[in-house]
Amino acid sequence: MEQFASLIAASINAGTPLLLAALGLLINERAGVLNLGAEGMMLVAAIAGFAVGYSTHSPMLGFLAGALSGVLMAALFSWLALVLATNQVATGLALSIFGAGLSAFLGQSLVGLGLPAQTMGIPLLKDIPFFGPALFQQHWMSYLALLLCGAIAWFIYRTRAGLVLRAIGESPESAHALGYPVRWIRFAALLFGGACCGLAGAYLSLVYTPMWVEGLVSGRGWIALALTAFATWRPLRVLLGALLFGGVTILQFYLQGMGVNIPSQVLSMAPYVATIVVLALISRNPDWIRLNMPASLGKPFKPDAS
Amino acid sequence: MHKLWPWKLELRGTPSRAMTYWSPLIAIVLTMLLGALLFIALGKDPLAGLKVFLIDPFNGKRAISELLLKSVPLILCALGLAVCFRANIWNIGAEGQFTVGALFSGAMLVFLDVPGHAIPGGLGLLLMVLVGIVGGAFWASITALLRDRFNANEILVSLMLTYVAQLLLMYAVNGPLKDPNGMNFPQSKVFSDEFMLPMLLSGTRLHIGFAVTLVLAVLMTVFMTRSFRGFSLMVGGVAPHAARYAGFSSRSALWVSLLISGGFAGLAGAFEIAGPIGQLLPSVSPGYGFAAIIVAFIGRLHPVGAVLGGLVMSLLYLGGELAQSRLGLPSAITGVFQGMLLFLLLASDTLINYRLRRKVRI
Repeated sequence: MEQFASLIAASINAGTPLLLAALGLLINERAGVLNLGAEGMMLVAAIAGFAVGYSTHSPMLGFLAGALSGVLMAALFSWLALVLATNQVATGLALSIFGAGLSAFLGQSLVGLGLPAQTMGIPLLKDIPFFGPALFQQHWMSYLALLLCGAIAWFIYRTRAGLVLRAIGESPESAHALGYPVRWIRFAALLFGGACCGLAGAYLSLVYTPMWVEGLVSGRGWIALALTAFATWRPLRVLLGALLFGGVTILQFYLQGMGVNIPSQVLSMAPYVATIVVLALISRNPDWIRLNMPASLGKPFKPDAS
Repeated sequence: MHKLWPWKLELRGTPSRAMTYWSPLIAIVLTMLLGALLFIALGKDPLAGLKVFLIDPFNGKRAISELLLKSVPLILCALGLAVCFRANIWNIGAEGQFTVGALFSGAMLVFLDVPGHAIPGGLGLLLMVLVGIVGGAFWASITALLRDRFNANEILVSLMLTYVAQLLLMYAVNGPLKDPNGMNFPQSKVFSDEFMLPMLLSGTRLHIGFAVTLVLAVLMTVFMTRSFRGFSLMVGGVAPHAARYAGFSSRSALWVSLLISGGFAGLAGAFEIAGPIGQLLPSVSPGYGFAAIIVAFIGRLHPVGAVLGGLVMSLLYLGGELAQSRLGLPSAITGVFQGMLLFLLLASDTLINYRLRRKVRI
C-alpha cells in the first residue's frame, strides 16, 4: 500500500513537466500552429531556470527565468512562422536544434552542480494516511499545473476568447474575414505555449532532477507533442495522458528496484516505446484523428497572400 | 515604424529561382555575422573567432583531410534525408538510423575480428558495411511500417526511435559487445587494422568512404533527376493529388524514401565505426543525424547541394572543436551555429517568394 502511494506520487512528479508542456502545446495547436520546438524550448528553459535558481537560491525566480526563456524562444519561432510564414515543421525543428545547442553551450559550466531538495507538500493534507503521501506531497508547481489544466479546459470550452482561438485553429480565413487578428492571436498562443514549456523545462532542472546535464529533457518535449494528439487536443485527456506517461517513466525504476532481470537501458526505453505504441494505436483510425485535429494545424496563414 | 524598418515584403509574381541558390549563401554569411556578434558578446576577438571557423580548417593537408573526413557522415545522412523531404516524408530520425547502423556494423566486427579468424579483411569490411546499411534501413523501416499500417506520425516515431537506438547502443556496449579487457569502460574492443577502411590520403585519417560518398552523390543525382522512380517520389511530395492521379503509389514512396534514407544513415554509421572511431562507443555521433537535416535544406534537397552543405556543416563542427582548444569556448558552440544557420536559411527562403521593397512614404 505504501509502495503504491509512492508510485502514484512519483508518477505525478514525472507527469508534471509533461502536463505543463503539453497544455502549452495544446493551446498552440488549437490556434492552428504546430511548434516542434518544444524540446528546444524546454532545454533552454531548463538551463536558464537552473542557472537562476542556483545563483539566487530562489526556485521561484528560477521558474520565472524558465518561463521567460520559453517565451523568448517562442517569440523567435513566431517571427519566422507567423511573420515570414515559414514551414512550421522545419522552423520547429530549427528551434529544437538551436535549443539543444544553446543549452549545451550555456550549461557547460554548470554541469555537476546540484540544488538542495525542496520541501514539498501541503501542510495537514499531507499527513492523511495513504492520500497524503500519494497526492499531497508534491511540489507546488504540480498543483499549479493541475489548476492550469482546469483553467485551460474552462477557457477553451466556456469563454468567448476560447471559441475564437478554436475558430482560428479550424479556419483562419473565416476568422480573418470576421475581423479577428489571426496572427496576433496565434502570437499570443505561441508565447503562452512557450511559457508553459519553459515552466516544464525549469521543473525538470529545479525539482525533478534537480541538476543540469546536457540533453536533460531527453525527449520529453516530443513526448508532450505526442500527448496532445493522444489527448485528441482536449485538456482533461492531456492530464490523463501525462499521468500515464509519468507512470511509465516511473515504472522502470520500480521494476529495477524490484530486481527484475532486465537491463536498465532496456527499461529506460519504456517511455519512448510507449509513446510509439500509443501513437500507432490512436492514429490507426485516420477519420477519428481528422475529426479531432484542428483543421488548419501546421498550415501557415498570411492574410495578404492568396 | 517607418523609420525603424523602412522595408516591406512584397509578393513576387513567380518564385525567384535565383533566390533558391542565393538564400543558402545569404544564410551562411548572416550566420557568420551573428557569430561575430556572439564572439564580441563573449568577450572574444570576433576576427580571431571567425578565423577559427573559416580559415583554420583549411590550414594544411591535415586540416583539410579532417574537414573532408567529417563531412562524410553529414553528406551521407543528408543524401538520404533529401530524398525523404522531397517525397514530403519528415524523417528526422537519421540520428537513430545512424546509431543502429553503427551498432550493427560494430557487432559484425566484434564477431569477425577474433584471433585466428577465417575471413579476410576485405570481405569482412564488405560484410560490415552491408550490415550497417541493413541496420539503418531496418530502423527506418519501423517508422515506415508504423506510418503505413497505423498512420502514425513519422516525425514523432522516427525521433522516439532515435532515443531507443541510443539506449540500445548503451545496452550493447555495457553488455554483450563490451570489451572484456576494457577496464569496465562502456565500449567495445578496438578493432584491428585489417578491418579498418583503407586510407585515401596517406598520413591522414581520410578514408575511402569519402570517395564512396562522392560516387553515391552522383548516383543519387541521376536517381533523383533522371529515373522514373525518383520523379514519381518528387511528384508525390510536391503534389500528392497529381501523384495519385498519375498512379504513383504514396505507399511505395514512403517505403522507398525511408529505406534509402535509413540505408544511407546506416552506411554513415558503419563508416564511422570502421573509420575514425575504430570501436563502438556510446558517443558514435555528435548529432550528425540532426545536423544532416540542416545540410539537406542548405543543399536545397539536391545531392550535389548535400555535398556542399556537408562541407559547410563540417566546417562548423571543426570550428567548434578548434574554438574549444584555441579560444576556450565550449565546443557546443557548434550547436548554436547550427541552429542559427537553419533559422537564417528559413528566413532567407522568404526571399524566394517575396522581395524586399522600400516602403513608400505617404
